[in-house]
Amino acid sequence: MAYRYVSCETIESELANAIKYITFTPDPELPALLKNALANETGEISKDILNCMLKNIELAPKIEIPLCQDTGTLVVFAEIGNQCIIEGPPLPEIINETLIKVSKELYLRPSIVKDPLLQRENTGNNAPAIVHISIIKGDTIKLQIDQKGGGAENMSRLQMFTPSASSEDIKNFVVETVTLAGGNACPPLIIGIGIGGNFETCALLAKKAILRPLSKKNPLKEYAVLEQEILESVNATGIGVQGLGGKTNALAVHILTAPCHIASLPVAVNLQCHSHRHIEIII
Amino acid sequence: MKIYRYTLPLCPADISQLNISDKVLLSGCLFTARDAAHKRMVEIIQRGEKLPLDLAETTLFYCGPSPARPGNVCGAIGPTTSSRMDVYTPILIQNGLRVMIGKGERSLEVQKAIMDFGAVYFIMSGGISAYLSQHIVSCETFLWQELGPEAIYKLWVKDIPVYVHSK
Ligand code: SF4
Repeated sequence: MAYRYVSCETIESELANAIKYITFTPDPELPALLKNALANETGEISKDILNCMLKNIELAPKIEIPLCQDTGTLVVFAEIGNQCIIEGPPLPEIINETLIKVSKELYLRPSIVKDPLLQRENTGNNAPAIVHISIIKGDTIKLQIDQKGGGAENMSRLQMFTPSASSEDIKNFVVETVTLAGGNACPPLIIGIGIGGNFETCALLAKKAILRPLSKKNPLKEYAVLEQEILESVNATGIGVQGLGGKTNALAVHILTAPCHIASLPVAVNLQCHSHRHIEIII
Repeated sequence: MKIYRYTLPLCPADISQLNISDKVLLSGCLFTARDAAHKRMVEIIQRGEKLPLDLAETTLFYCGPSPARPGNVCGAIGPTTSSRMDVYTPILIQNGLRVMIGKGERSLEVQKAIMDFGAVYFIMSGGISAYLSQHIVSCETFLWQELGPEAIYKLWVKDIPVYVHSK
């Protein structure tokens, strides 16, 4: 088998560019969705804020002020080809080193504490990132990079349903989740739903679901329909933009599924705020 | 949606004029405070000591700014989730605080304190830091620098947009 060698410097520079880019530029399809929401919105405050959000997206890369002061936890889904050899330290180390450098260079807010319970001392450099690695066939490295803010993450939920639960039960759980979240999660939201797997995989599925391109439909018709139904129900709550009343509570609902145990039906709902900052790079 | 322009600090007459869902453009001085600063302020009050700021004259902004680049007046700012401050807020209101800015809902206890003491809670949109940066005149660390983004910063703002959530 032929191996491809990738230098640690290559990964560092590509990753640094990617983090810099998403700090100032959101998902490429987000502006169109916000404009569309604005056209349909009747809530005065929601309209007013949607306009500010669009201006913010235009302004951020020009003046190099982050889209949001919370540049979040850096989450990386890495798929490494089995014919690819990284020359240098293990990938998580490379990612953390890069994150520390970029945080300094871009004056990002340090948003990570060392210990979740004791002292909660800030690491001061946004490390460590959260890295999920999987090995795939091939000789490339695919990195899905996500800046995940705390507000929306805090309002995410998981429930271990049992097989008697219906689509309707899942829909109700999602509507309940966004209602509890209100303005805390900075709507309009992108809602990632993980169904299946087990306790930890359904949470991972929900996070990965968020990263699906916004215009891409679910490949399974039944899930595409359920996504649309959930989107309509969520927007019918009247929560609106930033919880201030209106028709726009979510811009997209993405479902990702996995096989699961005969006794289980785990469901996780990971909320993404409108400051949807992520990118995929292939090295 | 009515739009008002106010200079901080707000006086009781200003607050009584406002209605829920009004938009207000605020100018003047804000003090940022997040979880850690709230905890410290409440501990000082509970020890019976004097706070280093006069709550009655203070507009508290639940915010942890990012550091400013050299040459910029301020880094990125925006509200954080207010409900995390709910355990501390009634004590601060009882000790003079009247004006708060953040995002999201408040607890019943906080809403009651807001009503009982004639306070006001404004919502600012999250996730529009570049836009908001155009409304910031200056930013300096005021207290507890060691807390990093959780320190209290003094922020001068001009026409910064907020919406009345409860009063
Ligand atoms: S939830 Fe998102 S938009 Fe709101 S403050 Fe956090 S990162 Fe920013």
